[in-house]
Amino acid sequence: MPPSVKKIALFGGVYSNHHALSAALAASREYGVDATYCLGDLGAFGPHPDLVYPLLRTNGVEVVSGNYDDSLARDLADCQCGYTDPRDNYFARLSYEYTVRNTSEANKRFLRTLPNAIRLRLGGHRVLLSHGSPRRQNEFLWESTTPDHFLEKLCDDFEADVIAVTHTGLKWQRHLPSGRLVVNVGVLGRPENDGTTRVWFTIVEARGVGNGTDAVHVDFVPVHYDHRTLADEMRQEGLPAEFIETIETGWWTTCLEVLPHKERARGKL
Amino acid sequence: MSDGVQTTPSNESDAPRVALKAFDELWFQVGGTLCNLSCNHCFISCHPLNDTFGFLDLATVKRYLEESATLGVKEYYFTGGEPFLNREMTAILRETLRYGPATVLTNATVFREASVRELRAVSDSSRYSLEIRVSIDGYSPETNDPIRGQGTFDGAMRGVRMLVEVGFLPIITTTQTWPDDKSEDVFKNFVETLKNAGYERPRLKILPTLYLGMEETRSRPYSDTERVTPEMMVDYDESLLLCSRGRIVTDRGVAVCPILIEAPDALLGQSLGEATDPFAIGHGACSTCYQYGAICSNSNSLRTRGQPGRILTRPPES
Repeated sequence: MPPSVKKIALFGGVYSNHHALSAALAASREYGVDATYCLGDLGAFGPHPDLVYPLLRTNGVEVVSGNYDDSLARDLADCQCGYTDPRDNYFARLSYEYTVRNTSEANKRFLRTLPNAIRLRLGGHRVLLSHGSPRRQNEFLWESTTPDHFLEKLCDDFEADVIAVTHTGLKWQRHLPSGRLVVNVGVLGRPENDGTTRVWFTIVEARGVGNGTDAVHVDFVPVHYDHRTLADEMRQEGLPAEFIETIETGWWTTCLEVLPHKERARGKL
Repeated sequence: MSDGVQTTPSNESDAPRVALKAFDELWFQVGGTLCNLSCNHCFISCHPLNDTFGFLDLATVKRYLEESATLGVKEYYFTGGEPFLNREMTAILRETLRYGPATVLTNATVFREASVRELRAVSDSSRYSLEIRVSIDGYSPETNDPIRGQGTFDGAMRGVRMLVEVGFLPIITTTQTWPDDKSEDVFKNFVETLKNAGYERPRLKILPTLYLGMEETRSRPYSDTERVTPEMMVDYDESLLLCSRGRIVTDRGVAVCPILIEAPDALLGQSLGEATDPFAIGHGACSTCYQYGAICSNSNSLRTRGQPGRILTRPPES
């Protein structure tokens, strides 16, 4: 039987941003959640990947395997991020090689234990947590390219009333015509390409609506963290200036080419 | 190869069969084979008088959109011919964007300012993305016009400027007709040209040559040895092939993919539901798709092989 809860915190894409993770965990405690889940991609982009793992362990966070975690666990040659642009892949490779070098063997063993999905009960709702999509770990589910009927089919195929994913780096939620819900929980690792330095996590709660039934409510929570210290650590580690610029300005400088028109048009670069 | 005829598989019984694993992409041959241009590399030999395939009307598109929703289709593509010769094209896009994201492949030479503004309004009215892909086969009149026709470079760039001015970020699609070692230079020249035209964030998709249609005359046909064999499918990720995740609607019915619409075995049924059987990838063009993967789609979210077929913004090692 999957665990049964009423209120949960969800986040994805930590990308080694241990400062944002600490801040998000502290904030989620304020919400009085029953459980906290990470939807994968612990490493990438940021400095000192090993600092993330003790934070997850001491806070009892359950983790779904992301494509980055899978690559590290299986010692693959690349991060399987699914980029199609050579420049994006160039930076992805720099980031991946740094993360491989700086992740301990013990933490890589931990990554091998991660499930591809987690199921739970949220009030009366069947919830499925996965990284990209339930059907493929590195599938991008963007708000502007994911039709309702496609999401309804995912809910049918995977027998879920609520599906939560990450992987794109941009949060969104959709209440489907059937009453089911799909939410992309966003990421903690880097800002949302909106010119601010904040990152986001998500609270999902089953709230009673009478007659013994409940409805699922989503709150996206901004996280303000010490991004300047993170940027300094990235500099000290010799990580690319393009990554640091994103942390300091809130605009994506890499991994842009997978963005659909609407999402890309909102950005600066 | 001339209109309506296409190389049949060299040994169809040996050709690997690819199952439609997920109906993610639905294409529409909305412009038929009618085009205002007569490019000398066109793999289905489109030109102003080629009515081998006709336009799709709005009612037909609507019917397939409705069926697609029951199958969970993820994205929609429109091609031709030149889609915008179809007078219902804007209405078709408006309807499609009620269902999901749409991409239209155009030569951008038939745009008017008012029609581009209307397209922008259609795009703004939907939660889903509308992508415009513009075919240009050289970064200058000297490199483009010998392939696409006199004056077509200037005409297409006019169209690109109009699109950019109203806020589109068109994907410039170019067929590789140059040697691999020239790719970086070609790319840089393209980007410079587009930036000079006011397109600050150009996206460029490079397609491999398909030795079909007019291209057979321009260069060569596929040889009998250019085929996908069962041995080649061992450990191969079939999701790289469009036939594993999509189909195309033509005015004759539903065919396997945009490249093979003229092939005798390409027509699979009259409804989407009838067109879901596995397809034997025994054509020469299947070997190009095998080699490069996802050559028709905007991007490949799985993995990529080879250079063409990807959206680029800068040279690989910049």
